[in-house]
Amino acid sequence: MLHIQKLSFLILAVLLIATSVANADERYKPIKDKIVLEECGACHMAFQPGMLPKRSWEKIMNGLPDHFGEDASLEVATKDHIAAYLKDRAADNGLWGGKFMRGIKKNMTPLRITETPHWLREHKGEVRSSAWTSPKVKSKANCLACHKQANRGFYDDD
Amino acid sequence: MKPFNKAITIATAVMISGAVSSSIVAANPARNAIIKNFATEAGTPLSTERGKALFESKTGGGKPETKSCTACHSASPLKTGQTRAGKLIEPMAVSKSPQRFTDLKKVSKWFRRNCKTVLGRECTPQEKGDFLTFMSSK
Repeated sequence: MLHIQKLSFLILAVLLIATSVANADERYKPIKDKIVLEECGACHMAFQPGMLPKRSWEKIMNGLPDHFGEDASLEVATKDHIAAYLKDRAADNGLWGGKFMRGIKKNMTPLRITETPHWLREHKGEVRSSAWTSPKVKSKANCLACHKQANRGFYDDD
Repeated sequence: MKPFNKAITIATAVMISGAVSSSIVAANPARNAIIKNFATEAGTPLSTERGKALFESKTGGGKPETKSCTACHSASPLKTGQTRAGKLIEPMAVSKSPQRFTDLKKVSKWFRRNCKTVLGRECTPQEKGDFLTFMSSK
């Protein structure tokens, strides 16, 4: 009995350490779907679905004819395929929710990753405001301008 | 035929066939079919000049951020453009991007989206045909 108690304590400790280490990384599962990569990646990098909650992806995918000021409409079948992919891998998909869920209240449906509390916290004080308007960066949506491996889900290079 | 003349004849033949085959490469059959289809729908001959004017027109009518094609595609079809999100766009000119306008699904999708975004309406078959004629001449 004592063994089992000791063993479960050990397992718990290992799990706790593993989770905290994993949380220290800014790594996200890369997108593997060809259609998602091609369609979402046509005008901007295809952002990893783990950066927004399900309800956000749903709202974005239902509003493509006016996508941040541009018509990004798709055929219904393509739209549905992409929406399902994003929602299945959204930030609130797991049991505990990803880092990007922190600070997002239940009544909030952020549409821009760059307006989520987690994104703001990670970039606060680290990036000069002039960097955002540099012609090479142009937009906060241009992750790849600074995170050279962003499309592979690596954001640790800061 | 003297050997020298023969050599010249062969060289000329090689040059001509080279020129013919390169013009075949430039005039992609899929792209030609797409343009021809727009011409038929339009019912009038297509015009490179009108295509140029459409590309450069800043009258807008669509979204305030994108008053013209050149807002994202740069002022020259030969140059690389940039989306509002910072991603680079391959030049529009066929001479620079030979794969352009060879996939009807893609062509239809981007005309639908970008005519709405820039002009606030769909483009007519004549406008589409003129635009592709201009880009193919570049």
